[in-house]
Amino acid sequence: MHIFEFIRPTDPAAAIAAAAQSKTAQQGADVRFMGGGTTLIDLMKLNVETPDRVLDINRLSLDKIEDTADGGLKIGATVRNSDLANHPKVQKDYLVLSQAILNGASAQIRNMATVGGNLLQRTRCVYFRDTAMSCNKREPGSGCPAITGHNRTLAILGTSEHCIATNPSDMCVAMAALEATIHVQGSKGSRVVSFGDFHLLPGNTPHRETVLEPGDLITHVTLPPPVVGSKQLYLKLRDRASYEFALASAAVMLTIASGRITHARVALGGVGTKPWRSPEAETALAGKPANDATFRQAAEAALRNAKAQSENKFKIELARRCLTYALKMASMS
Amino acid sequence: MSNDDLKSQPADPTRRKFLLTSGSGVAASLVVGYVPALARDAAGEVDLAPTAEGPNIEGAVPITLRINGREHSLRIDPRTTLLDCIRETVTLTGTKKGCDHGQCGACTVHVNGKRVLSCLNLALMHDGEEITTVEGLGTPDAMHPMQAAFLACDAYQCGYCTSGQIMSAVALLKEPCGTDDASVKELMSGNICRCGAYSNIVAAIQQVRKNV
Repeated sequence: MHIFEFIRPTDPAAAIAAAAQSKTAQQGADVRFMGGGTTLIDLMKLNVETPDRVLDINRLSLDKIEDTADGGLKIGATVRNSDLANHPKVQKDYLVLSQAILNGASAQIRNMATVGGNLLQRTRCVYFRDTAMSCNKREPGSGCPAITGHNRTLAILGTSEHCIATNPSDMCVAMAALEATIHVQGSKGSRVVSFGDFHLLPGNTPHRETVLEPGDLITHVTLPPPVVGSKQLYLKLRDRASYEFALASAAVMLTIASGRITHARVALGGVGTKPWRSPEAETALAGKPANDATFRQAAEAALRNAKAQSENKFKIELARRCLTYALKMASMS
Repeated sequence: MSNDDLKSQPADPTRRKFLLTSGSGVAASLVVGYVPALARDAAGEVDLAPTAEGPNIEGAVPITLRINGREHSLRIDPRTTLLDCIRETVTLTGTKKGCDHGQCGACTVHVNGKRVLSCLNLALMHDGEEITTVEGLGTPDAMHPMQAAFLACDAYQCGYCTSGQIMSAVALLKEPCGTDDASVKELMSGNICRCGAYSNIVAAIQQVRKNV
């Protein structure tokens, strides 16, 4: 592991000032915030991440879950995944988020991983994680051997000729469907970023994964007020029953009145280069009867632009069936 | 080995002490060479008591760790994981290193009562926090009920994952978990057992839960 200086800032302003000196907030950052460490320490051991300074933000009092004035929820950046998933209001009003988190990682990792860190979870692409290999995300311009190599688990939506790495987060899929808002404090002040705008498609800059700039500190995430009568479900399909990343997952929210869908939110995981909200599926569901044919049509729409690689063609139909089944199970809940 | 031979073994024949004191064997020399923080007395006996300080490393920083109710004032390389600090610096070797990448659960310890993976934590992140390792659960004479249940249910084979399994299982007792075996399996999925002792591990945990 690259040697680094360990610093525990006393307040967010000090953390932001220290991080603002980094040349980037993306891959190659020389200053990193440390939350739970579950991704960052792993990648530091692999020399994929080599920060000169590590800023421990765990004692900045960003660990509260509070009601907002409009009836939504404010979730601090260092709230642990397990605390969020087991929070009574999350279990009652944002069930899809609780289910998504509890389907991810293990109990130990959920006790460590933070909400802010999970927003920045890095891909499990084996080429990204191995410094002996080329990778456009890790070393811009070096090439993407995944496109012609081992790509069974990699993305089918949002890919480019430069990168097909999957976003591995479960939590983010639910937050995309819930239309969460990310609150950032930076050296130029505070700003809010809607969830759909936070992660970037790889395009020809796969090393840029989010809109964060040097010094930007995610302070909290807010969820809008719960949708009354919303039926929610997170379904995750993977190679083993637990403690495994998704091959395909779906976060769905349905409101049904007199047999017709009056409100639908859909996001997919394990298939996209970012947490994959599907407005195509939502449009296909809106106003339609809540039945198998509608659900399948929504899944067809969600995967219409999917592009398979040599080993992952199966994921297109897997994702369709995952979404179809999730919608059906949610409608019956 | 006959029963008489067994009786002639030292009173406290832990595997580690056996390896460390068993003459010029290759395993012994490798193990001794690997552990930087152990001190030897004049007779060559290894002092297994936790050392007050770690090795003298350039750039080391001070830290106070509370492990099993005891304070350790240490100097460590900032890169030291909580796992390496517990094993190599404090020389509490009950906590095991399996994959060292958060994929196996062998290194599970409790921080402030919650189970975490010590391999994916820096020791420096836990200055002043309450850390519990398997050594802090019980002793051979006064085992934690979970340790006794693992013994009664034969919930291990090689034993390498066992301390992590037990630390996870003890933490699980205080977590939201359904009463059925499937719920226990789901919450124990972060602890891999390559011997495949899973069914007996679940039986041990369920035995303790019934009695809590």
